[in-house]
Amino acid sequence: MKYIDEFQDPELARKLVEDIHATVTRPWALMEVCGGQTHSIIRHGIDQLLPDEVELIHGPGCPVCVTPLEVIDKALEIASRPEVIFCSYGDMLRVPGTGRDLFQVRGEGGDVRVVYSPLDALRIAQQNPGREVVFFGIGFETTAPPNAMTVHQARKLGIRNFSMLVSHVRVPPAIEAIMQSESCRVQGFLAAGHVCSVMGTGEYPALAERFRVPIVVTGFEPLDVLEGVRRTVRQLERGEHTVENAYARVVPPEGNPAAKAMLADIFEVTDRAWRGIGVIPDSGWRLAARHREFDAEHRFSVADIDTREPEACRAGEVLQGLLKPHECEAFGTACTPRTPLGATMVSSEGACAAYYLYRRLETSGTGAKQPAQATAPAAVNAPRTPDGTSTAPASAPLEGSPVV
Amino acid sequence: MSETTGLAEPNTQADAPDFSGWTCPAPLRDQPRVVMGHGGGGALSSELVQHIFAPAFGGDLLAGLADSAALTLGGTRLAFSTDSFVVRPLFFPGGSIGDLAVNGTVNDLAMSGARAAYLSCGFILEEGVEVPLVSRVAEALGAAARAAGVEVATGDTKVVEAGRGDGIYLNTAGIGLIPEGVDIRPQRAVPGDVVIVSGAIGVHGVAVMSVRDGLEFGVEVESDCAALGGLVEAMLAVTPDLHVLRDPTRGGLAAALNEIAVAATVGVVLREKAVPVPPPVANACAVLGLDPMYVANEGKLVAFVPRAHADAVLAAMREHPLGAEAAIIGECVETHPGMVVARTGLGGTRVVDLPVGEQLPRIC
Repeated sequence: MKYIDEFQDPELARKLVEDIHATVTRPWALMEVCGGQTHSIIRHGIDQLLPDEVELIHGPGCPVCVTPLEVIDKALEIASRPEVIFCSYGDMLRVPGTGRDLFQVRGEGGDVRVVYSPLDALRIAQQNPGREVVFFGIGFETTAPPNAMTVHQARKLGIRNFSMLVSHVRVPPAIEAIMQSESCRVQGFLAAGHVCSVMGTGEYPALAERFRVPIVVTGFEPLDVLEGVRRTVRQLERGEHTVENAYARVVPPEGNPAAKAMLADIFEVTDRAWRGIGVIPDSGWRLAARHREFDAEHRFSVADIDTREPEACRAGEVLQGLLKPHECEAFGTACTPRTPLGATMVSSEGACAAYYLYRRLETSGTGAKQPAQATAPAAVNAPRTPDGTSTAPASAPLEGSPVV
Repeated sequence: MSETTGLAEPNTQADAPDFSGWTCPAPLRDQPRVVMGHGGGGALSSELVQHIFAPAFGGDLLAGLADSAALTLGGTRLAFSTDSFVVRPLFFPGGSIGDLAVNGTVNDLAMSGARAAYLSCGFILEEGVEVPLVSRVAEALGAAARAAGVEVATGDTKVVEAGRGDGIYLNTAGIGLIPEGVDIRPQRAVPGDVVIVSGAIGVHGVAVMSVRDGLEFGVEVESDCAALGGLVEAMLAVTPDLHVLRDPTRGGLAAALNEIAVAATVGVVLREKAVPVPPPVANACAVLGLDPMYVANEGKLVAFVPRAHADAVLAAMREHPLGAEAAIIGECVETHPGMVVARTGLGGTRVVDLPVGEQLPRIC
């Protein structure tokens, strides 16, 4: 694909890897903030190409992993109601709530549909005036603008049978929380390119200066990731800590002003709990009070649902770097990608799922490096990755393999 | 415990769930109801067969978990297979549910080296479906049967009340003769075998998804739905000693290779760059957040061939219209038994795991 293949070129990748090897003189711990980057690293085996001195720590950017359990339980409660058509991005369907997931709700008769856009959910609401249509609005700064636009459209079109269960999270407060942790080992950040394509780079210089860490805005293709690593290592080796934009083809410094204006109109900043981590101040968005009529939590009176993680799941400690996945008693037995106790085993970017694969590969004798663990705050934070956009059929679940 | 090796590790925790006797740590008791993933061709599907159907039915024939059963009846070796078809929409670029109903079963038989001879066909119709639509499906099915050289010998029709079906469901079963000296089954894969795929992957799945309600997108591919009996005959003409053939439908190439790796307790190493993925499929998957390795095919096969015959088999495949883009994509190894590992284009490695159930589009 044009503009994709060019960024997967093996020869250019080799040159970047050689440059990194030639540059590095001592160990450095970098955090790739976004789950999309983690996915790319695992998908292409990038971490195996890097010098041993470069440790990649999977950072706070997987919306699947960090959506709090109580929000999943609210989704399950709402989706179970006969009058509701519950619309969600695909990879949220397998995230375990208390005792079940959205797939099981569907198996029990709930009308749960995978969509690729919140506007699809709005269309479903228009087509089903006798039903309540709820969209599961999760994710970071990348998924928030289309969700905000959808609420804007719902109001503009007077669609009253549509609402949104919102659990948006923001990257910069999470980075700040990570860096404030005494146990933090992160020395440089690969910032999430798609988040910056919306928000710009303006929030990062203060963080880079305050915590004296290089922050390199990085994309998602293999060459993007390697270039982000190369620039971050180069800064570290030189003792620098500036903000660099290594994803300029997508990220203008000011971001997307129209999207930011839409966010400011529809959402308001709030404290947000991150699954397995705890509350990070000002790290989330919720629907602004003037848009409460579109807030599914209030429409369905589920605001009081308050649940805790299963005790067997120690994803929080994993996310904080206090525990390696395989040190968890449930790892690989009660907790596998098929029967995940926690979200870190659900998402393909999740530390536990990644570790599960690598350990299997390693124990089979191929000698792949194990993925690094998120090492973050003991008290608060250091989740996983955000971002992206989703998809799919309004009336049928998207199946990678269509029914045949 | 590894999900795919089937080797249970001792559980030393007194209060831990008891997984003894399970071949994976995903007990169905955690799934009180059937979910879509149970039909996705991945791990959940396998567990349903291994833990529910096989024990209930008894006998050894299900244990092989091949696309078809190899039977001996009156001294004759037969392949026997059945498949149900619930595709939506009924007609899609390059084919229809009628084509799938024939080719799916014909191909399942072909994967044991058998040339399909007779099919049965069951129609389950929903009250209210338009008769002309039924006729179109039947015509498509008949045409596909004629093209595949197979006769529809028996059939059945049932009607369910409106709302209790999805228009038209089909089931076909088929039988065919297995040639003398041919023994093709997943358990025969051995280290050293060369892995060949007969052409571009992911085409059928992307074609169907492109016309799914709510997901319509423009794509320049049509389903690869085709009967593979002739291609298999061309391969057998080179050598009857083909070890494994697999029709990578649900779950795609990844599921097929994982099933073979587990059945034969071997490892599979793929060269990712060698796997033929046409640009429209790659692009659609990139947009949808899917991996082409997991997307369904309906006119492709993957073969495990002894190294000594690999080049000749590949050449014969390329001579056949349905194998023109055949490619060697990897090999069978002793290491990491039960696992499929891909060498990435950048020189790294990754595990190509068995899909759990449905492949889900990623948010990120």
